[in-house]
Amino acid sequence: MSDDTILSVQGISKTFGGLKALMDVSFDIRRGEVYGIIGPNGSGKTTLINCITGFIKPGGGKVIFKGKDITRWAPHKIAHIGISRTFQIMRPYYSLPAYKNLIIPLWSPRAKTVGGWRGGGRHGDRDTVAVDILEEIGFERDSRVPYKLASTLPTGYQKRLELARCMAMRPEIIFCDEVFSGLSMSEIAGMLPLIEKMKEEGITLIMVEHRLRELFRVADRVMALNFGEKIAEGLSSVVIENKKVKEAYLGKEEV
Amino acid sequence: MMRKERIDRGVRVRTAGLYAIASWQEILYLVGPPLFLIVGAIILPILLEFAPYWKRVINIVCVYAIIALSFDFLANFVGLVCLGGAFFVGIGGYLSAIFNVYLHFPVYLSIPLATISGAVISTVLLMPALPLRGVYFAIVTLMYPLLATRVIEALNIMGGTNGIIGLDSLPNAYVEHYMVIIVMLIFLYGMRRFVNQDMGLVIRGVKDNDQAVRASGISVTKMKAFAVFVSSFMGCFAGAYIAHMYSWAGISLFALDFSIIPIASVVIGGGGTLLGAVLGSFILVPISELLRNFGTFRIVIYCVILTGFIVFKSEGIMVYAMRKYHQFERWVKV
Repeated sequence: MSDDTILSVQGISKTFGGLKALMDVSFDIRRGEVYGIIGPNGSGKTTLINCITGFIKPGGGKVIFKGKDITRWAPHKIAHIGISRTFQIMRPYYSLPAYKNLIIPLWSPRAKTVGGWRGGGRHGDRDTVAVDILEEIGFERDSRVPYKLASTLPTGYQKRLELARCMAMRPEIIFCDEVFSGLSMSEIAGMLPLIEKMKEEGITLIMVEHRLRELFRVADRVMALNFGEKIAEGLSSVVIENKKVKEAYLGKEEV
Repeated sequence: MMRKERIDRGVRVRTAGLYAIASWQEILYLVGPPLFLIVGAIILPILLEFAPYWKRVINIVCVYAIIALSFDFLANFVGLVCLGGAFFVGIGGYLSAIFNVYLHFPVYLSIPLATISGAVISTVLLMPALPLRGVYFAIVTLMYPLLATRVIEALNIMGGTNGIIGLDSLPNAYVEHYMVIIVMLIFLYGMRRFVNQDMGLVIRGVKDNDQAVRASGISVTKMKAFAVFVSSFMGCFAGAYIAHMYSWAGISLFALDFSIIPIASVVIGGGGTLLGAVLGSFILVPISELLRNFGTFRIVIYCVILTGFIVFKSEGIMVYAMRKYHQFERWVKV
């Protein structure tokens, strides 16, 4: 565990009844890196995120964030200390306009302590700040899009809204649960600069993805999971050549 | 082929709540309806001077309107369907009786005290049910008033089945009318304002997606507890007021009527509008008074009205009226 480790996951396990969803998964994440988690369907990627962010209580193991043991904390406390996440199934606050969706994270105790956004100030007008954040994340400020009901937005914008909800918390780590899935190639091309920008701002990103090609363009390091076990970790070019990873995705070669 | 097209009237600009006003007509368009309601509610007791029976009905209408507001807020803004409106009424009523009869507090002190302490007690008692959602929360809250009735009967506390008698009544009929009318208007417009404030949005967020609220670093249980506090605050006021109006607090304050009629009012008036809850009570409670002569047969008429609304206009009067008011329709060729 080196000095610039921000999050250290040590031996997380989780069983659902007889199913071992996660078995002794450990990894360290360095400050400011983009870390990818890949694996076939049902390999435990989302369960891993849920265990770290507190939405599921892990059966065993430890999660250490900046030297503090945060295992089994309540989800809102984990969010409060700076670990944010998106959800695989996007569910914005449907009955609210897009910019009002951001009022909720901006109202949270964390947003109050870490300060507002860009001149929004400590007690800045949350509506203005919300539109600022949406503009940064790629909503056209002077169009009607930020003021539309969240339920009427196209998928691409809803994904951005998920990210914006995380950004409004000014987190140190964001767990992105399949932000690229369900998007067209052009929509993904629009998202990639966003990821780069977050990285430049010093946010540590952990991305769970199925779209490997897009992930490898932004990820510094990648970990592969299969049936709840870590099977490979390292540079993306190395991991993808790993025999076990190939087997997990394509099946074993017949001898 | 012809198609019906709906167009917003010109005065609404960009988002709801932000208006560009240019003329007296537009100002009247905006403030007309609320002004009509407020002035109407305030002059109603004077208008009904010659019908003393109906003057008394105003109080009951307003009480039901307050309970309906409390139900509408919890169900359509927080996502907690509370079938235990009567529980809040009972707690408020009994506490007010205890303060007034046993501790000899004057009316003006016992009602607010019963409202606040009742809200605190209801919130604490409902705490275990807060993690529940949907129909499970509804069932648990339905049990609470039944449980309270049986406890009072079995232990023979607080007057047992006779109830506590001899509460001070309010000084005169006008104080009685205006107290409940003004409090109802304050609750109505206060809640309408609150649900659009930042904190109100957070509470509405709990209904839409509680996971995302948790992921935003906000404790969902705390928000729900606060919402239950606000809702039971309204219910307890209604209870304390009824107890003083009848000079009596008994187990009938926990009766199912106080849970069911407000829900029916919300269905008729239109859920999620708050105004609809009040409107529904103003329609349903007088109808129920008119039908009093029919005895138990009035339940049948009542059911027909409710079924009709659910089948043919499930959105409720208020949602329908607001759409007609804010939009106009025309037929266009496709």
